[in-house]
Amino acid sequence: MKLIDTAKILRSKNAGPLYITYDIIFENAEQMKKIYNALTKEQIAAAYDVDVNSITIIPYEIVDSIKITFPRKMVSGCIREDDVYGCQQHMPLANLEVNV
Amino acid sequence: MKIVSLCGLLGYGYSETALEAAFAEKVDYVGVDAGSTDPGPYYLGSGKSFTDRGAVKRDLSLALPKILEQKAPFIIGTAGGAGSQAHVEWLLEIIREIAAEKKLSFKMGVVYSDVSKDYVLQKLDAGKISNMSDTFPLDRQAVEESSRIVSQIGIAPIVELLKQKVDVIVCGRACDTAIYAAPCIYEGYDPGLAFHMAKIMECGAMCSEPVAAADVMQAYIEKDWFQLRPANPARRCTVARVAAHTMYEQTSPYLIFEPDGVIDLKDTTYEQVDERTVRVRGSKFTEAEQKTLKLEGVRCVGYRTICVGGIYDPNTISHMDFIEETVTNFIHESASVTPDNYHLNFRRYGDANSNMCVVIDVVGKTQEIADMICALARSRMLHCDYTGRKSSAGNVAFPFSPSDIHVGEVYEFSVFHLADVDDLNETSAVRIEEVIA
Repeated sequence: MKLIDTAKILRSKNAGPLYITYDIIFENAEQMKKIYNALTKEQIAAAYDVDVNSITIIPYEIVDSIKITFPRKMVSGCIREDDVYGCQQHMPLANLEVNV
Repeated sequence: MKIVSLCGLLGYGYSETALEAAFAEKVDYVGVDAGSTDPGPYYLGSGKSFTDRGAVKRDLSLALPKILEQKAPFIIGTAGGAGSQAHVEWLLEIIREIAAEKKLSFKMGVVYSDVSKDYVLQKLDAGKISNMSDTFPLDRQAVEESSRIVSQIGIAPIVELLKQKVDVIVCGRACDTAIYAAPCIYEGYDPGLAFHMAKIMECGAMCSEPVAAADVMQAYIEKDWFQLRPANPARRCTVARVAAHTMYEQTSPYLIFEPDGVIDLKDTTYEQVDERTVRVRGSKFTEAEQKTLKLEGVRCVGYRTICVGGIYDPNTISHMDFIEETVTNFIHESASVTPDNYHLNFRRYGDANSNMCVVIDVVGKTQEIADMICALARSRMLHCDYTGRKSSAGNVAFPFSPSDIHVGEVYEFSVFHLADVDDLNETSAVRIEEVIA
């Protein structure tokens, strides 16, 4: 199953010029826990071609969600920038296959 | 105590109904955030605002008379979009214009937060600079090449001005939270609650539904809790919205880092008080042993010219790799400047199954170089031959005449780092101005 099909909200957004943060909000706590247990930093590192050690995954139970953050490859507004606000960087995450 | 946030960004607008509703009650403080680094490094570098002057003036003109009538101090953070002295002056001019037009007189405090290259270099040499990310270290060259550097002030200079009973405070670059946390802490409220409330309020009605940065938000702070209720009767705050907003564009949902310390939200609770109101408790502040201020600087890396074109022929689209390579090689061979004088980037949007948009993006060492390379790439791409080409009159549909657009200076972030400070006022300069109608 693709991650996007398990989520109610799946979004990316810059968190300052150096980071992009990804929020995945689920329908309920059970679904959130399942995905939190299934999703690995290695998968995310491979999908975005980033260092696995630079990734943080934090469960945020109050709204049945997971927050993923890692440094953006291109600092906001650099010459090769293609998404200043970082709000269209979620597709590699959305398309991840999760075993649930 | 009641605090009002006009909207998520000064110049993004808000409804007059919501403003009326907010001021139907006694208001103690009003704030608005007027800037952000979200739109990228250009605005700090150029001294321009990403917000529109007319829209900023509208947002201030409607609110200022009501604010002064209520004697609620009004705090504006990150004036002019990026908060350097040039940006502050831009906003001050708008405020003085409104004062003259509406016959308003008041005492205005101004906080400048620009820092010199020498200040940053001294910090760097003393080992008092730390990275926000390992991917972005700081060296002397980056500081020396910077065209502007500002510090994100915390609550300290705002509190100083509140003590002097000013009516309006215009800040240079400021932490978004400082706008709303400063008056609460000045009045003796819990800093954990004050900063958490401020983090939500700085986005206006983003924490409500229907969601909108462009509307008025209200917070009520007491000893053990704060409450959020949108001013617009058409909106409501829910536990889910408020809690979800707390993690918006933050690297962590549980920790908010401030110059003065850190706010821990692990024990925070949210409670639906009535249909439109959420009460928040338990957010805790821990003072940092080492106080830090965030520094932001940019440097100019060239000048941009772009050309936008459409390609509707699938045969042409399928040969785009070849066309780009041919155009690039042609420019390398025939341009009067060497490739180290420019960056040429073809930005493609769409694929062979749809129409494609291509943006020829050139950043040159000078505007003249960028213009020349863009013109060469545009004309060569238009007429580039490829195997099996039937549409031999031209490859690209240009929607505009002129086809090439001058974008101007290109900036990149040169500094985005934390500086250890002994005094949280050490980067700011404060003055008071009597605005007389």
